[in-house]
Amino acid sequence: MAIQPKKHEMPVQEALVRAKNFKEVALGYTPEIAVAEAQRCLNCKNRPCVEGCPVNISIPDFISKVKESDFEGAYQIIAQSSSLPAVCGRVCPQETQCESKCTLGIKFEPVGIGRLERFVADYHNQNYVGEPEVPQSNGHKVAVIGSGPSGLTCAGDLAKKGYKVTVFEALHLAGGVLVYGIPEFRLPKAIVQKEVDTLKKYGVEVETNVVIGKTLTIDELFEDGYEAVFVGSGAGLPRFMGIPGESLKGVYSANEFLTRSNLMKAYDGHSHTPIMHAKTVAVVGGGNVAMDAARTALRLGADHVYIIYRRSMEEIPARKEEVEHAEEEGIEFKILNNPVEILGYHNPDDRRDPKNGFVTGIKVIKCELGEPDSNGRRRPVEIPGSKYVIPVDCVIMAIGTSPNPLIKNTTEGLDVNKHGGIIVEESTGKTSKEGVFAGGDAVTGAATVILAMGAGKTAAKAIDEYISSKN
Amino acid sequence: MYKIAKKRVLNPTVTMMDIEAPLVAKKGKAGQFIILRVDKDGERIPLTIAGCDVENGTVKIIFQVVGATTMALNQKNEGDYIEDFVGPLGCPTKTDGVKKVCIVGGGVGCAIALPVAQEFHKLGAEVHSIVGFRNKDLVILEDEFKACSDKLTIMTDDGSYGRHGVVTLPLKEALESGEKYDEVIAIGPVIMMKFVVATTRPFNVPTTVSMNPIMIDGTGMCGGCRLTVGGKTKFACVDGPDFNGFEVDFDEAMERSTMYSDFERHEREETCNLFRQEVK
Repeated sequence: MAIQPKKHEMPVQEALVRAKNFKEVALGYTPEIAVAEAQRCLNCKNRPCVEGCPVNISIPDFISKVKESDFEGAYQIIAQSSSLPAVCGRVCPQETQCESKCTLGIKFEPVGIGRLERFVADYHNQNYVGEPEVPQSNGHKVAVIGSGPSGLTCAGDLAKKGYKVTVFEALHLAGGVLVYGIPEFRLPKAIVQKEVDTLKKYGVEVETNVVIGKTLTIDELFEDGYEAVFVGSGAGLPRFMGIPGESLKGVYSANEFLTRSNLMKAYDGHSHTPIMHAKTVAVVGGGNVAMDAARTALRLGADHVYIIYRRSMEEIPARKEEVEHAEEEGIEFKILNNPVEILGYHNPDDRRDPKNGFVTGIKVIKCELGEPDSNGRRRPVEIPGSKYVIPVDCVIMAIGTSPNPLIKNTTEGLDVNKHGGIIVEESTGKTSKEGVFAGGDAVTGAATVILAMGAGKTAAKAIDEYISSKN
Repeated sequence: MYKIAKKRVLNPTVTMMDIEAPLVAKKGKAGQFIILRVDKDGERIPLTIAGCDVENGTVKIIFQVVGATTMALNQKNEGDYIEDFVGPLGCPTKTDGVKKVCIVGGGVGCAIALPVAQEFHKLGAEVHSIVGFRNKDLVILEDEFKACSDKLTIMTDDGSYGRHGVVTLPLKEALESGEKYDEVIAIGPVIMMKFVVATTRPFNVPTTVSMNPIMIDGTGMCGGCRLTVGGKTKFACVDGPDFNGFEVDFDEAMERSTMYSDFERHEREETCNLFRQEVK
């Protein structure tokens, strides 16, 4: 049988339609397309794709089940390795992970592993009626701090082993970055809720509105009888550039803008949380968060949204599909531009002018690419005398986040590096404090959902070994 | 869900509530705040802790009805529940080494100033309180302030109660007459705090202000509450809410607080039944 050289296209909402709504962009494979795509898999003996997956899902095995139209069987295989398949199928950068290793990819396009994973998980969520088998309790209590991808994964793995797991969440809703950061049109919140509900069925308890480091400390958790603690508190602290004008009205961190829209539901009109409906928006940065912020601004009614990124399209760190979707929707890329100042309105004759203090533009300087830096990415070099102003009424800073210091500041004996990341032993997630493990962005700084899940998984295994060895 | 154990109307626009939240009550200290949501679609608003009762597991909040959310909260009664209540957030007010302190409160800011005054009183410091209101009807917590102050001055803008004038008047007189305060703590509208700082600066009296900017999460995640303090960007939720008054850029803080004025006006009109009535 001849191999079809290209992946089966993912059905999507039409670009100009979706740019005006918050419904999910990608619509997912039909069973027919899924089976046809699965048939492209060569089922290689050496299974290179599995190596490329941070949680080592048995990819060829689940795809074989899809070939046979046994979609629930495929789900059960994925579920052995991943706690959040419907999420990962949507937000993993497959092109740099599993799909980058696919043998088919040497000559053709790789198998659409992410799209198949998403299909299988959605199929299960829509059709499966049975209750998960709840393991017998082993009587040991573990606390998980943060209900993002690493925390949920760690909690799920431990609950399946019989541990009594309590997840503490600072916000009023579980999900971490999956609910406050990633927008509805890329990851519907109902899917996250479904994954959280599944964990609850395994006996995981979620305590919202508890800020560890404030409401309770890690030491108090131990006093309360928890035998181990996993810290998955994420990288919540937004960075700013330190350029003039960042305090003007209309300048947001991407975290604030996305939290207002996603978690606080400012996008749907019924919410009491305000958000600026700007007409012209500049988003600074080139990662997934920048794409999310830009596309959210567009959907809130902006006529022009610019991505301002100091390197070229070659270096842009966002997931390929997000960049493509953003371009299709009409996001304008101002590459090789670096902001130097944000300009604001000031009426010298009227201090009460309501426009005072609002953003009017962003001044940028053009760059060219120089020598590669320590990460191998070519460094942007500013071109003297090339400054110009882009008129905008809103600026969103999406240039990264740092680990939140609340836990470090209140936990004696927990060592962090100079960036504020908790120092761990990579193979176990063990920290400098006895019984405390950590993973995800709280350790690495801002990274991906799947890497955080991988870390949660590693730590769950190590916590199980740690508690077993003590008893 | 968090139960409203007690509700007391302090004046026509200011209400006090005791909320059942044992974990917060155990940890809360003067100067810290909580964030609450009234109902499922509600916004998150910060309110400073006005007192904690560890035994009953309740946290006291005092709020002025200014917008849609505080209006919705004010509709709730004893025995009702609110959706979310999280804290204590921010850093407690520093009390070390202060023997004599002047607490300056303005309007509903007095609700926040009270636990600070009580804390200093409990620690044995000499407490002078100056509290200001627009008029007699808006005066709150007079008895409570009396109980914890060695000297209490009440000011009203229109002279309908206490002394006529603004809070900086008696403060300036005290400083000029040679009162030696280890610290002045100002809590109230930003414009009041700005003028308190302008009053104390020539006398070089350490002056602390309690900032209350727009916030969402209250844990350092969004940066919406950022202020410029000593030329550096600070987040009120984790670095504050108390800051050295001499270093705060008050004009910028006032400017930033108006970011959503239009939206809030609209929301309030939507929420208020009075605006929905037909005029006959």
